[in-house]
Amino acid sequence: MSGINDFVVKFATVNGSGSASANLMFAKTLFRMGIPVSPKNIFPSNIQGLPTWYEVRVSGDGYLARRDGIDLMVAMNAQTYENDLKQVVSGGYLLYDSTLPRKFTRPDVTIIDMPISKMCAEHWADTRQRQLFKNMVYVGAVAALIDIDLGVLEGVVASQFKGKDKLIEPNLKALHMGRDYIQANYACPLPIKVTPGNATDGKILVSGNEAAGLGAVYGGASVCAWYPITPSTSLAESYERHAKALRMQEDGKKLFGMVQAEDELAAIGIAIGAGWNGARSFTATSGPGVSLMNEFLGLAYYAEVPLVLFNVQRGGPSTGMPTRTQQSDVLSCAYASHGDTRHVLLFPTDPTECFTFAAQAFDLAERLQTPVIVMSDLDIGMNDWVCDELDWDDAHVHDRGKVLSAEELDAMPDWGRYKDIDGDGITYRTIPGTHPTKGAFFTRGTSHDESARYTEDGVVNAQVMDRLLTKFQTAASILPKPVSDIRDESSRIGIIYFGANRPAVMEAMDRLRDAGVVANALRITAFPFAEEVRAFADDHDRIYVVEQNQGGQMRQLLMVEADIQRAKLISILNYDGMPMTAEFIRARIGAAESHAKIAAE
Amino acid sequence: MSYIQKPTAFHPALKKNKLGLTRRDYEGAMSTLCAGCGHDSITAAIIEACFKLDLPAHRLAKVSGIGCSSKAPTYFLSRSHGFNSVHGRMPSITTGANLANRDLIYLGVSGDGDTASIGLSQFCHAMRRQLNMTYIVMNNGCYGLTKGQFSATNDKTSPSKKGESNLFEAIDLAQIAIQLGAGFVGRSFSGDKAQLVPMIEAAMSYNGFAFLDVISPCVTFNNHPGSTKSYDYVRGHNSVLDKLDFVPAEEEIEIDYAEGTTSEVDLHGGAKIHLHKLDTGYDPTNADQAINTIRTRLNKGEVTTGLLYFDGREQDLHETLGTSERALNQIPISELCPGSKNLAPINDRFR
Repeated sequence: MSGINDFVVKFATVNGSGSASANLMFAKTLFRMGIPVSPKNIFPSNIQGLPTWYEVRVSGDGYLARRDGIDLMVAMNAQTYENDLKQVVSGGYLLYDSTLPRKFTRPDVTIIDMPISKMCAEHWADTRQRQLFKNMVYVGAVAALIDIDLGVLEGVVASQFKGKDKLIEPNLKALHMGRDYIQANYACPLPIKVTPGNATDGKILVSGNEAAGLGAVYGGASVCAWYPITPSTSLAESYERHAKALRMQEDGKKLFGMVQAEDELAAIGIAIGAGWNGARSFTATSGPGVSLMNEFLGLAYYAEVPLVLFNVQRGGPSTGMPTRTQQSDVLSCAYASHGDTRHVLLFPTDPTECFTFAAQAFDLAERLQTPVIVMSDLDIGMNDWVCDELDWDDAHVHDRGKVLSAEELDAMPDWGRYKDIDGDGITYRTIPGTHPTKGAFFTRGTSHDESARYTEDGVVNAQVMDRLLTKFQTAASILPKPVSDIRDESSRIGIIYFGANRPAVMEAMDRLRDAGVVANALRITAFPFAEEVRAFADDHDRIYVVEQNQGGQMRQLLMVEADIQRAKLISILNYDGMPMTAEFIRARIGAAESHAKIAAE
Repeated sequence: MSYIQKPTAFHPALKKNKLGLTRRDYEGAMSTLCAGCGHDSITAAIIEACFKLDLPAHRLAKVSGIGCSSKAPTYFLSRSHGFNSVHGRMPSITTGANLANRDLIYLGVSGDGDTASIGLSQFCHAMRRQLNMTYIVMNNGCYGLTKGQFSATNDKTSPSKKGESNLFEAIDLAQIAIQLGAGFVGRSFSGDKAQLVPMIEAAMSYNGFAFLDVISPCVTFNNHPGSTKSYDYVRGHNSVLDKLDFVPAEEEIEIDYAEGTTSEVDLHGGAKIHLHKLDTGYDPTNADQAINTIRTRLNKGEVTTGLLYFDGREQDLHETLGTSERALNQIPISELCPGSKNLAPINDRFR
């Protein structure tokens, strides 16, 4: 199965040992050689000393989902040798640091030993350097084993340490030490190796958090408040880094205001205050943070204040698996907060969409005057993905929604903050400081009438709530449309999925087709659902809903909100915290379809 | 219905300020608080202060949390935008609003439950950041809307109306404010308009975090004999450090006080505070002395009022963060978006 430009390499290291940057250079080198890669960082919730892995699937065909079965294990952590060895496929390879020799018990696995610690100890005196350069030594070794283009690799090292030029020479030295040792002692390259291609032309290698933070800059966000939480932290940090590069006045003053809040409650409160006051604002968090933000989300929904919330989902419930991925906040975000609330959700599928949806979310939030929650996850957010390069249309006009100027207020004598003049459920808002005598109102989470005045008249309050429902229906018509992949108009087999599962679903569909099962797919990009979701359900008899949670949360939402029959919707659920594999989906749909075929016969 | 509009007709001879506005122009809806509630007196003092400051009402935003006090912003400045947020979270809303537009004046109104319990964290962090706002706590030592439970500012020695004793020591918000670096800390009493009005004027003119702890008796649940937040108790134990006169920028008034008892405090905006010390040894710029004085007098059962602490640096959050002098919400989004020309080199870095 594995072969040229088609294999999986896994680096088993200790966190805090400096392996992350070496691993990234490895992935980036393959990317620059034109070969699609999908690195997955499998890391502990810890700073230093615990096992961590970096798993890289190499696929000339562009299959970027995780794949089980490791072809080459770079075992640099003695704590995990035993388990790491188990994951290697029969006929695969394990490279380890043989400074302390070890007997491995898999005759079907080729053991490649290299005394890395000893080599580094002989060359470097400083203990920290001895540790750090071990990483580059194994990268050099792997480069020899799989026939990586040395020039490309050296170019990646040079760009990695740009500005810290003193580091280039010793890193290259380490690289060559590893490469030379392997070439001298083993037959190179292995049957699993790379050849240059052009499958990454027009592509970039980037993480979703990096792209989303940049998208917020392009979307015009000028206020960000956040509280550190894995896996969303790097999103806020990306925003800050890009804003510092792109949003500075000549005098060094910032055209953005950023606060690391005391907790998630304050973070979203700050975003709401800024959104209310006419700035584009956001916060980024993960599940536990969203739980804390619930009361405020209800206020923003009911008082109709725009803001963007990035939820980079992780494994739940509770503190759960902070460094593993899941899509298990679908329901808790769709209906966040007490009372009858419902929220607009966007589901980016990769870093490119993190960028575009991030920017678009600010337009939608102001158009709809409500929180827009961008549902990313740890896999998209923190892993580097090969994806389309980022694109910005300079003709795009940011949609500020229905905000009245002083002149417009003067021309609207019967204005009321919550008065539905256009019939789309969206009312006209005013920003503090606009007009000396008109347009002031009292924003409140208490029951209110069309003029924002407190009321205990239940009928009046119900009218406001009904209008909010109208607004929600309007939302469904302006959100990003679902993306369909119709492979056979006559097929009655459908797959509905969203977010990070795209690579696994696409590959599973190819493998199913190879076996004679042709399925069509629909990727959900937003909630409330567009008409197309219901239409797709009508066109198919059996619909597999692929998601990364235990409860089949998207399936439940489809039943309740798109009114799709329960019996039609079959869950494919993975919730072990690891990105889904295509085989996981293929096996389940394949089995279900054979049963269906037998039953039909 | 709890929203009662006031009649708009008024006497033509009402005094006007420099903007040609009368006090009525600074009023709000009819109060629905209990008759005699201290909060209504503070509302009146806010109206008076804004009138005297010649403040364009639309340049002020009033923000509150939840509780009797947080309802009060409905009763003043109907021409100002208001935000009645959730319980204890007024500071974060104000922080966001201020980040979005640094040109407005932000008046936060809160209560002792809203600030000293559920909102203690946000209160502390807004001070730590020197958010430019005036934060008024209408402090009555109890939860009024839920029928009189003790709040965290109620003195341990002060029993409830039904005679239950208070088990825990009180949190003194003014001491916390001084300790955490609020730039302007004052305490007053809803029954002392002469002290309160200029204190609000000065606080609103201060660039930075101005905190006012205003003892405001709850006539329904905490005004009984034995209560240390009652009208009688505060009148009898009010230990006044100083009286203030607020002198707006470009205005000079002659004041006739005994030599050595008056000092002048300059505010960055050009206005001045004339401080008439009743205790000539007191230096409001000395935080240690301020806390010491408050604690010593508290132990004697006295309520220290006046300008307790003042930091002349007037550094606010925007200065610390280095944000633009321009209000962020006034900058066109097209100017905030870096455009495609900046995206090409970024894409290159991702290759």
